[in-house]
Amino acid sequence: MNLTQVRRALTAPVAALVLSLLIASVALLVAGHNPGTAYRAMWDNVNGADGIVTIINYASRYYVMGTAVAMGFKMNLFNIGANGQYQVAALFAGAVGAVLRLPGPINIAVMIIVAMFSGGVWALVPGLLNVTRKVNIVIATIMMNGVAGGLIGYLLRTKFRDKADFMTAHTKTIPANSRVPHLNRLLRFFGYHLPDQTFLHGFLIIAFFVGLGFYLLIYRSRFGYDLRASGMNAAAARSSGVDPKRMVLTTMAISGALAGLAAMSILLSEQFEYGDRFPTLLGFTGIGVALLGRNSPGGIAAAALVLAAIEQGSRGLAIAKIPQEIGQIIQGTLLFVAVIAYEVVRRRNQAATIREAAAKTASLHAAVPA
Amino acid sequence: MSVVAATVGTKKRTFAVSPGTTAAMLGVLTMVMLSAARVITSAPGLTGSGTFGSAIGLAVPVAMAGLGGLISERVGIVNIGLQGMMVFGTWGAGFFGWHFGPWGALAGGAAMGALGGVLLALATITFGVDHAVAGVAINLLAPGVARFLSSVLFAGKEGGTLTDSPPVGHLGRLTLPFLSGGRIGSWHSPDPLGWLEKHHWFLIGDSASLLRGLTRDIAVETVLLLALLPIVGYVVWRTPVGLRLRSSGEKPSAADSLGVNVIRIRWAAVVVSGAVAGLGGAWLVTNVGKYQQGQEGLRGFLGLAALIFGNWRPAGLFAGALLFQFADSVRLALGDAPARAFVLTVVFGLAALAVWQFTRRSITTAGVLVASTVGLFLYFATASRVDDKLGSIFPYLITLLVLLFSSERLRPPASSGQPWFKGGD
Repeated sequence: MNLTQVRRALTAPVAALVLSLLIASVALLVAGHNPGTAYRAMWDNVNGADGIVTIINYASRYYVMGTAVAMGFKMNLFNIGANGQYQVAALFAGAVGAVLRLPGPINIAVMIIVAMFSGGVWALVPGLLNVTRKVNIVIATIMMNGVAGGLIGYLLRTKFRDKADFMTAHTKTIPANSRVPHLNRLLRFFGYHLPDQTFLHGFLIIAFFVGLGFYLLIYRSRFGYDLRASGMNAAAARSSGVDPKRMVLTTMAISGALAGLAAMSILLSEQFEYGDRFPTLLGFTGIGVALLGRNSPGGIAAAALVLAAIEQGSRGLAIAKIPQEIGQIIQGTLLFVAVIAYEVVRRRNQAATIREAAAKTASLHAAVPA
Repeated sequence: MSVVAATVGTKKRTFAVSPGTTAAMLGVLTMVMLSAARVITSAPGLTGSGTFGSAIGLAVPVAMAGLGGLISERVGIVNIGLQGMMVFGTWGAGFFGWHFGPWGALAGGAAMGALGGVLLALATITFGVDHAVAGVAINLLAPGVARFLSSVLFAGKEGGTLTDSPPVGHLGRLTLPFLSGGRIGSWHSPDPLGWLEKHHWFLIGDSASLLRGLTRDIAVETVLLLALLPIVGYVVWRTPVGLRLRSSGEKPSAADSLGVNVIRIRWAAVVVSGAVAGLGGAWLVTNVGKYQQGQEGLRGFLGLAALIFGNWRPAGLFAGALLFQFADSVRLALGDAPARAFVLTVVFGLAALAVWQFTRRSITTAGVLVASTVGLFLYFATASRVDDKLGSIFPYLITLLVLLFSSERLRPPASSGQPWFKGGD
């Protein structure tokens, strides 16, 4: 990547961030708050070991969810159903992990496999509808979200419920030895001491390998080449021998499996049971992360960190008596402005490429007179 | 080549049945199945006028979301942002209803919904962003905006909190005289439909209670918003503006070459689309009497489902919305016995679908349907009560079934979902 490319890649997201902060400032001013005070309070909550660790913990889960959605985007498949896949995976993995009671590491592996499998299967259903009956994938995945919501609500209150708890519905708690260990000890080994009650989740390592795998799969494998080719020009990909049906099914399965894996960051590091306290919209956050990160491994990481940082920052606004919902405004406008900015920049670059190619062809013609 | 194959393919079956006749036949069939289930399970609540009345009311917000989707898709813009526009609508209805009463709530809901439409139009039409992407961005943005505004404007006010607006009041309720016993002055007119309903004759009693549900104790806003369905249908299919609108959604370049200002009509339609979805949100607010965070549920997405179920047509989408909400009102109105009766109705429906697929020689799909019929019947026979949560799956499952069995018959607008700029093709 040379400097021009870096500048081109960064212009749109930075402009979007500045614009969204401006809009949020106006909203704050109109509401009678000082934006400067607000941003300082946000910064204070981000700055510091506790804030940074929380951001990394959240970002690693957003990252995996972002890659799940980006996987589909890479071939123009919009998997809005990531949310349903994530919840189905969390429920089944939680139910299985609490009942099986295998030795710790094996139990963790089994839960991860169950999560990825059930997420993948849930995503395969719209995939199958798409390839066999040409059902629109956006619509089919939205409907599958609705089905997932009802089915999970039912199973969580009947078959999979921890009967010991009358108050809230959740699965049985997974045993203490089947939780992903946190990385505090590892950090201490390198000389970093985290404050008490601050834990860097081990899921960070899983997220790292997901990112690496995503990069290798998309940019360094035959499958990834076919995937990107199908996304750029489906007809051309097909005529060069790519089976579009197989591509749709494989991509949806991997996307769903990753969405399922993202659920494990909460189940195995934070809540240890699936239930009503589980975040209900992580799949949609993942869509935002993928869109903001433009589906590239690095971009998704940056987007996940930015969104997690805004979230963490806004938690500090309560002290300054400023509504912390402003964080959601910043995130929402950032996303909305960014998707517009990306599209504008993409068109401009496309036009520039066409102009350059035309100029080159013209100079060739000039050099070789007919 | 493929064109020839397609023409030959369609030649083998030609039934000259108009869509209207088909719809009427389906309607009668549905009533027969409902009556049969009501008689078999002896659960009169299944087809009581109260059930129908509440189903019709609950269908309104879903139908408004669907109608918003229809206006937008007919002009070529896929509106996944209906959910977010509904959120804007509920908030707007809460705020303006608090200040100006229930009529203000309707106006405020429409205005805030239209604002959501402006966002979608800006992203998709002016900047050419992928429609689904822009819609999802709006869905992600709307709840945050509503919550921020609530925290600034509702929290700490009398009757208001971070999640609830102060009360907005109610519009009145209407009952038709001479059919359903409405009052003229202080005089109670006769109630012949009520008399028919009370006798529970097969099909006759059930049809009477359907009519009675439509005409008795029905909210003013329900009547007003239901009127939008035929009005939009008329404007879109029977007026010059509608022709321009539809042609912009079918073939924008052709419309453009004939002098239609595609960009302008798309903008107008998408803004109206948001306003209509916002009105759906306003219905929820006036129905409860105040704004409550999250009261829209998933109705924006349900509206999208109803739109597809109804093949991008107003009557069809209303039928879908009614079907989806019927299960809900059966449960809300009367509890377990009618809910079980409803499951039996669905068993009948699945069996009918199986027979239909069998006559069309789709043996595999018929097999799948027979299996689901048997499965659901076993559930009906063994479960003493129908689980609420499981019931909520019903609309989505029906839509998936419709997509599965008739995706070749459905016909969305041809250019729906594709970005278009002036000079494009």
